[in-house]
Amino acid sequence: MNITNLSKIALNALLRNKFRAFLTMLGIIIGVASVIAMLAIGEGSKKSIQDQISSMGSNLVMVMPGTQMMGGVQQGNASSKALDIKDVKAIRQDCPSVSAVSPEVRGGGQVVAGGNNWPTTFYGGDVNYLDIKKVEVKAGRMFTEQEVASAAKVCLIGQTVADNLFGNEVDPVGQTIRFKNIPVRVIGLLEEKGENTFGMDQDDLLIGPYTTVQKRILAVTHINAILSSAVSEDATTQAVAEITTAMRASHKLSEGEDDDFQIRTQAELVSTFSSISDILTTLLGAISAISLLVGGIGIMNIMYVSVTERTREIGLRMSIGGRGLDILMQFLIESILLSVIGGIIGILLGVTASAVIGNLTGWPIAVMPLAIIMSFLVCTAIGIFFGWYPARKAAGLNPIDALRFE
Amino acid sequence: MVRNIISVSSLKKDFIVGEVTVHALRSVNLNITEGEFVAIMGTSGSGKSTMLNILGCLDKPTEGTYLLDGIDVSTLSKNELARLRNLKLGFVFQSYNLLPRTSALENVELPLFYNDSVKPRERRERAIAALGAVGLEDRMHHMPNQLSGGQQQRVAIARSLVNDPVVILADEATGNLDTRTSYEIMALFQELNAKGKTIVFVTHEPEIAGFTTRNVHFRDGNIIKENLVTNRGSAREMINAMPMEVDS
Ligand SMILES: Nc1ncnc2c1ncn2[C@@H]1O[C@H](COP(=O)(O)OP(=O)(O)OP(=O)(O)O)[C@@H](O)[C@H]1O
Ligand SMILES: [Mg+2]
Repeated sequence: MNITNLSKIALNALLRNKFRAFLTMLGIIIGVASVIAMLAIGEGSKKSIQDQISSMGSNLVMVMPGTQMMGGVQQGNASSKALDIKDVKAIRQDCPSVSAVSPEVRGGGQVVAGGNNWPTTFYGGDVNYLDIKKVEVKAGRMFTEQEVASAAKVCLIGQTVADNLFGNEVDPVGQTIRFKNIPVRVIGLLEEKGENTFGMDQDDLLIGPYTTVQKRILAVTHINAILSSAVSEDATTQAVAEITTAMRASHKLSEGEDDDFQIRTQAELVSTFSSISDILTTLLGAISAISLLVGGIGIMNIMYVSVTERTREIGLRMSIGGRGLDILMQFLIESILLSVIGGIIGILLGVTASAVIGNLTGWPIAVMPLAIIMSFLVCTAIGIFFGWYPARKAAGLNPIDALRFE
Repeated sequence: MVRNIISVSSLKKDFIVGEVTVHALRSVNLNITEGEFVAIMGTSGSGKSTMLNILGCLDKPTEGTYLLDGIDVSTLSKNELARLRNLKLGFVFQSYNLLPRTSALENVELPLFYNDSVKPRERRERAIAALGAVGLEDRMHHMPNQLSGGQQQRVAIARSLVNDPVVILADEATGNLDTRTSYEIMALFQELNAKGKTIVFVTHEPEIAGFTTRNVHFRDGNIIKENLVTNRGSAREMINAMPMEVDS
């Protein structure tokens, strides 16, 4: 008998029991929907982390004071050698793979303007600081080399700080604010960056010349970090090697001594977080896959019950000319139809759920075409796999035994 | 020359249940020619159903030969037997065996689904014609549970007719029906037989057997007596003679 007829027979058999067919499919529907939604969420969060991190500059290389080991005891940052401007100069001179270097100094404190005040962080950098951090100036201007040299009391203001100090009406540029009671003139407004993946507000800051932050505000001589850009993303490894050499020379470390600084690259960060979210995605996917498996077993169960329950039907079909193969195919097609239709509904549901979750949470949801194709194939496979046994059982029946079955 | 539809010689059928062997058929010889309407009779357990199942190629004999329309059935494979049932046989069961929640028309179409050479259009036309032959053209789209027992059995008869079989095999086809409805079914079989259909009909009711052309009596797996029906009754006339209000 041809496939069209068999499919028609199988479909009719399912339609005779619509509600049960639906209940059977439910397992597959939920399984597929959750696989798709979970993978989409996992993939979305990974994408968002990657985007966030590379929006901070994918060729960024950061030098931070390292922890020192003393007799095997971790000493913490306090005992490590602080970074200073000498190190910045060393990197600037000796590292051909580095295109830009800036110190970073930062300190927290209350900022006041008029009757308003707001706790924030004041970052100090060089004139190329914004370029390295990939931050744009929205209004006003960046500070100049003279202002760095003279430790001028000027700053650029983040949107969050501006909103809290000035509200919407007043243009912050040109205003004078007081940070830890030191008056500082606002010369520019920074472009908004929003929250990063970790929920940190990237607009809650002030940026000024590092000399200003060092001398006028914090009264320190060290710097907190060195930010540098490799000439290209591919050159980061080379840049790291050069910076290590330059830093070791600058810190006069001898052959056997450990580094007293740490180097972090953006690429490293991306891969760390990517692998974390990969693990998460795998975990979520695995849990969903289990529910898919349970759905498949549900189909097998129903097909088994169905074969027993419909033994007389099978007998009748055989008596009017159905061959074992026809019966096998009918039950197999029934179970494939169940799982594939369930799969399609599940895919639609999963995509919808992903979109809804994405909307509610604001996560960038990325439905993977691969997940859809895979779930479709898995569903067909489940149909064949779990339908095969009951179908075989049905096909192997003797016509007379099937007909006499009570 | 008369065409032999069924030709059975020294047919034996044993069932082995645990340690006991049941000789359901001991040594049966039987010929049925085209156009006959044969009743197989006998007490319960005499082997009637066993015989019919073998004639219907649903079961295989332990010994003996069976020629169906000239074909030696014992040489055929399972699939060939299925094809034979599809093309040459029609079954009517005591319990109708219609597919539930499936219209009368689709039930009747069913055998043709298993025949690749019948196209959908022809399938439909033949099913409608078969339903017409049993007088149910106005019930085509009814589900079995919307039909009376007699109507369901007529649908089953239509299903057995639709592939134009060489013989219709019926096992206690009137067993679940009241007298009047039984007569109606017998009237239908008589009409079909009058048009030349060969019918083998298992029953243990002599009245019913009186509507056929030949009676074959079984006892303990043997044919003990065969006789042609001399004063054959007409089921249609019997119904007409019945008082209308008596319905049992
Ligand atoms: N599948 C089977 N397994 C074992 N014994 C069987 C089987 N089928 C039939 N028999 C036995 O074979 C004998 C004949 O049974 P069969 O069903 O042919 O009787 P029957 O004449 O149709 O009786 P009834 O009028 O009650 O339907 C009985 O003794 C029965 O117990
Ligand atoms: Mg019987």
